[in-house]
Order: sequence, then C-alpha cells, then structure tokens
Amino acid sequence: MAEYTLKLRRYDPQSGEAPYYEEYRVDLEPHRSVLEAILKVKAEQDGSVGIRCSCRAAICGSCGVRINGRPGLACHTHLDKAAQTGVNADGSTILVEPMGNMPVIKDLIVDMDAVHWKKIQRVTPWLINKQPVPEREYVVPHENMVDVTQSMACIQCGACVSDCLSMEVDPEFVGPAASAKAYRFVGDPRDAEQYERLKDLAEDPHGIYDCTHCFTCIDACPKGVAPMNQIMRLRRIASNDHHIVDRNNGERHERTIVGLIRDYGLLHEAEMLPRSYGGYSWFAKFHPAAGAELLDSLPSITRAIARGKVNIKQAALGHRIPKADLTAVQGIYEKVEGKARRYELNLYISGYEDEEEAPAAAEAPAAVAAGGDAMPSAPGPDPQQPTSASESESA
Amino acid sequence: MKVAYWPGCVSRGFTPELHGSMAAVAPLLDIELVELDRACCTGAGVIAEHNQELADTLNARTFALAQQVQGAELMMNICSTCQGAQGECQERLDANSEYREAINGNLAAEGLSYEKGLTNKNLLWLLVEEIGLESLKQKVKRPLTNLKVGPFYGCYIVRPRDRLGIDDEHPRDAYLHWVIEALGGTVIDYAGVHKCCGFPIVTMNKQASLRQAGRHLSDAQDAEADCLVVPCPLCHLNLDLQQPGAAKAVGRDDLAMPVLHLPQLLGLALGLEPKQLGMSKHVVKPTSVIDWSSAVVGAPAAA
Repeated sequence: MAEYTLKLRRYDPQSGEAPYYEEYRVDLEPHRSVLEAILKVKAEQDGSVGIRCSCRAAICGSCGVRINGRPGLACHTHLDKAAQTGVNADGSTILVEPMGNMPVIKDLIVDMDAVHWKKIQRVTPWLINKQPVPEREYVVPHENMVDVTQSMACIQCGACVSDCLSMEVDPEFVGPAASAKAYRFVGDPRDAEQYERLKDLAEDPHGIYDCTHCFTCIDACPKGVAPMNQIMRLRRIASNDHHIVDRNNGERHERTIVGLIRDYGLLHEAEMLPRSYGGYSWFAKFHPAAGAELLDSLPSITRAIARGKVNIKQAALGHRIPKADLTAVQGIYEKVEGKARRYELNLYISGYEDEEEAPAAAEAPAAVAAGGDAMPSAPGPDPQQPTSASESESA
Repeated sequence: MKVAYWPGCVSRGFTPELHGSMAAVAPLLDIELVELDRACCTGAGVIAEHNQELADTLNARTFALAQQVQGAELMMNICSTCQGAQGECQERLDANSEYREAINGNLAAEGLSYEKGLTNKNLLWLLVEEIGLESLKQKVKRPLTNLKVGPFYGCYIVRPRDRLGIDDEHPRDAYLHWVIEALGGTVIDYAGVHKCCGFPIVTMNKQASLRQAGRHLSDAQDAEADCLVVPCPLCHLNLDLQQPGAAKAVGRDDLAMPVLHLPQLLGLALGLEPKQLGMSKHVVKPTSVIDWSSAVVGAPAAA
C-alpha cells in the first residue's frame, strides 16, 4: 500500500461558486489506476465528486481527464506513474482536472457534445459507397485497410481535443480527433468522395491547414492514433493527388517550401511569404494577395531591416548551398518526385526492427512488409488519375 | 569536443544573431564547430508532409555528410525545428534496414550513405548531457543574478516524447529550466513553457498564429519574466519579429518581452557583451528593457 494525495478540481457551474481544489488522502497499491483512486474517494469520502467512467479498461473512452497537467484516461494511468508525471511532480500528489477546450459540466466531467462530437459530425463520419455497390462484399487491397486501422483505433475519449494548441486559440478548428476520423474515410478505397472530403477540409479556414504541427495530440492519445500524422496525410493527398489549391494558402505554402529548397538548397525566407500568398513565382510579390499581406507585414519588415536583422542584399538574393551540392539535391528531387507512386514507411504498421521479438507488434507488420513493393504507399488515388473517380478497386 | 554542426537556414538568414552568437560562445564551451555547409534545409516538416521519401533522402544526405566529419563526436543543431524534422526522418531510417537501403540508393549518385545510429543533439541537450551542468557552472563568469527568465522550448524538442527519448532519466523537457538555473538566473514558470509559438500557420491563419505568440508573451509578462529564452529561431520569429502584431492580436499594448536565443543567454553568463551577441538585432531590444548592470553581475576583469 502507498499513500497518495488526490487533488481534484471541483466545479459546479450551477452553484455560482468559483472552481476550487480539494485534497483527499487515498491508500492504494501503486499499480492501481487513478480512476480507482477517484472512485474510492467517491465511495468512502465524498459522494459528490463528479467523474464519468464505464469500462475501466481503456476501451470505452469515458474517463478522459488531465492528470498532473497531461491529458489521458484515468483508468489507464497507474498511480505511481501519475505521481511522477509533470513539472511539479513530487511522487505522491496527483492533480486531476477536467479536460481542456471543452466546457465543464461538473468537476471532472466535460461537455463532449458541445465540442468533440460536433466536430466529429462535421467531417461526415460515415462511408459514402462507391457506385454501383457490389452484390457481395467490396474487395479492397489489404494494405489500404491496414493503413486506416491507426485512425480506427480511436476510442473518442477527447484527450487530443483537450490539449490541442490550435484549438486553444481557434475554437472553431476542426481539431485532431475529427481530422483522424476524416482520414479514416479518405484512406478507405471504398469511399466515393475522397476529393470532396479533402476539398471541404482544405478550404475550411479552420480545417486541416489550421494545425500548427505541435505534436501535442500525438502524445495525448492513449491509443497511438497520432492524429497529427493523419492531418499531414490529408494535406499530402489533397495537394499532391488532387491539386487542391485552397484559399488558406496551405497548398501554396507547401509548394513554396518544397520549391525553394529545390531551387536554393536553403529556405529563401524573403520569398516564403509572397509565394505562399501569390503562388510559386518570383513575380508572386506583385500578386494582389501577396501585396496585401506584404503591406500588413510592412512594420515587421522595416523593423527587421532597421535593426540590421536582415540585410537587403541577402533578402533579395537569398542564400544557397554550393553549386555541386545544389545539383545533387536537385537530382534527388528528380528521382524521388519522378516516381509514379510515393514510397512510404508507416512505423505504426511496420514497427521497429529491434523490437521484432515483441510478438503481437511484429506479426502484422511483417505480413504487410512482405506483401507489397516494400511498404505500401499512401492510399491516394493513382497519380495518373488524380480524381476520386477511379473505381478500379470496387470489383 | 568536436561536433558536426548544422546551423539551419533561419539562423543564417532572418536571425543572423543566432548563428553569430553560437560561433561566439562555442570556444568558451570548448566546442569545435564543423559547419555542414553542403547540407540542405531539413524541410521543417513540410517536405515530409509533401513527400516522406524526399524528406528522408534529403536528411539522410545531411546525416551522411555529418558522419564524414573526421573526429566529430556527434551532430549538433541549434534549431528545435531542424532537430525535430531530422529526428522524424532518422526514426524511420533507423527503424527499418530495407527502407534505409532504399533511401541510401537515392544518395548513391553522390557516393554518400547513411549508417544507422547517428547521435544528433540540440545544443540544449548537448549542454546538459555532454558538457554537464556542473562544468557549465564553472565556466560562468557573470551569473545572471536577478534575471528572471521564462523558458520557451519549442514543440519540436519536447514532443513526441517517445521519439525524442524523453523519460524519467532524460527529462529533456526540463533541461532549459536547469540551464537557466546553472547560469545563475531565476526560472519563471508560466503557462506557455511547452506550448507552440504558432509560427507554422502564420501564412495560413495569421490571426490564430499571432494569438498563440501573444498569449505566451502575455503569460510570461504577467508572471514577471524579464525575458524569454528559446532554442528555436522559428519561435524567435513569431515571438520577437512578430511581437508587435502578436500584441495587437491579443489586445495588449503593454507587451515588451525580449526574447533571447539560447546561445545569447549562455554568452552573457560566460562573459560576452550584449552587443557581441547580436542583441541589438532584436525587434524588442533586450538592452532597452533589461538593466544589465543589475541583472548580470560580476563583470569579468577584462571588460
């Protein structure tokens, strides 16, 4: 037995009182879960503590909370581990708070309907069958279905939504969980509307290009869904396979960085902004959209020049790597970009070689690795047919 | 120690004071920098978003060049974003020999090849894990007495924890706290310590991007920090260069938060002058906000 101090954030919006923290002492084995500690407090010390839970086995996704500042499942976090987690960890105190980015209903219970489920509904979370629907089952490539299993592993606990840093400043952002759900159907070869789904999420000012790539959702997820990685795949298919040039500069920004590195070897920062707004050309700075943005940024630009941060010659010409190296880099671009299908390694599927002894983890990956030409590439449509109209799989 | 040094693009472009201050402090830390001037940009995650094989090949090329540096103990970064983008590629390259071989095939034309197991560390990690805090403390000539410093890590060196090897034995998400203390400064904890500066979406959703920067700057200022320190030049762009816009985005006209690059903070404590460290090149001039005569005491005899 070990003694832990459970520090719970208490709040009842209907009471009119401000939130406060209340401490409870709990004796439990260190390998017991934070949820068990909360339920013990509720049963033996204070029945008014509000917590939502069901399966107690990390499958129903009901008990998402923040533990010592990090989002996770209360039933999936051991007490000893929890007490050692976080910046202010002292080995015995466990701070439990409701998830963030969602309104609190009571204590540790948040309103999932108001945020999480609305966003899930927003991405049309069901399969839109390709027509004609086959008489019997669809036949789809094995690797495509393995590919979407990562996003299918989501248990809708909301841990990623809780700590999404983009949503913190832009509550309208579609967010990590819904984006992962979107990929589940974008990556499904039976779905008829890959293009429409992507166009919708790329054009939305709070869609896939609103993600700041901060990795918070990857660490938050108790099921390894890695929502941010799914967002990057949505972007990849939207821009490369469907050539969706969105109003948010997402596609142009990608093309600008990729292009500048091909042409200079290094980022030519002064060209990044105009080309992200005006398109990939030296003349982009005269494009009206780029002009408006440059004007808006003029105070920053003049200050940078005044402070000697940026010298005008370098801003105009950029910096580049030596010629022989630039030629080599461009050779790599030609070789890789010239391929008919993208070649990718998905570590979620393939696992790590050193860990192949671990039985369950290695089974599936080995099968997939042997199946295709190396790893299967992203399940985008064939580059030769850059729309979703291809029906070749639905034999 | 000799390191294969990747400075990144921005430290030689829009934040030249970062590359300059690194060059100035390296000899004081007994670090010999061998610049990887043939290597190309890491792609900052965007090339990986565009085409994984392309990103992995370009970064494998950089790793291969680093492995050719005679006598170098490891590769070093001064940019969190470079570190994270390279780390992502290296994870894939190291995880699967078949994949690594295929990527090396793309480098064959140049006669380059990456061998599994390169050690690649951000300056911050190198300070704690290679030089050591005790040794660092001994090198301090002017402790940062009375200087209240807010750490701002940048996403790419604190997440994802598994890939970056952050665990109980390597709490790399606390190193910046430790370094500030070792230099004699006071750590200011505020809400934004491990959050995102917003830079990656500045061209896609400028308002959201600047709101992120503005919020962290405000939180730090409200916690009474004198300055922030960042190990990432991209964070620096959003927190310093864009600070006036960020202040506007969050409706704070009182924001004046100097943002120092990690080598600048080191340089001050190791006895260099603010000017030598390029601190006049910032938008929010640290020299005009902080009284260095009281915040940094015990000037070296020569000064």
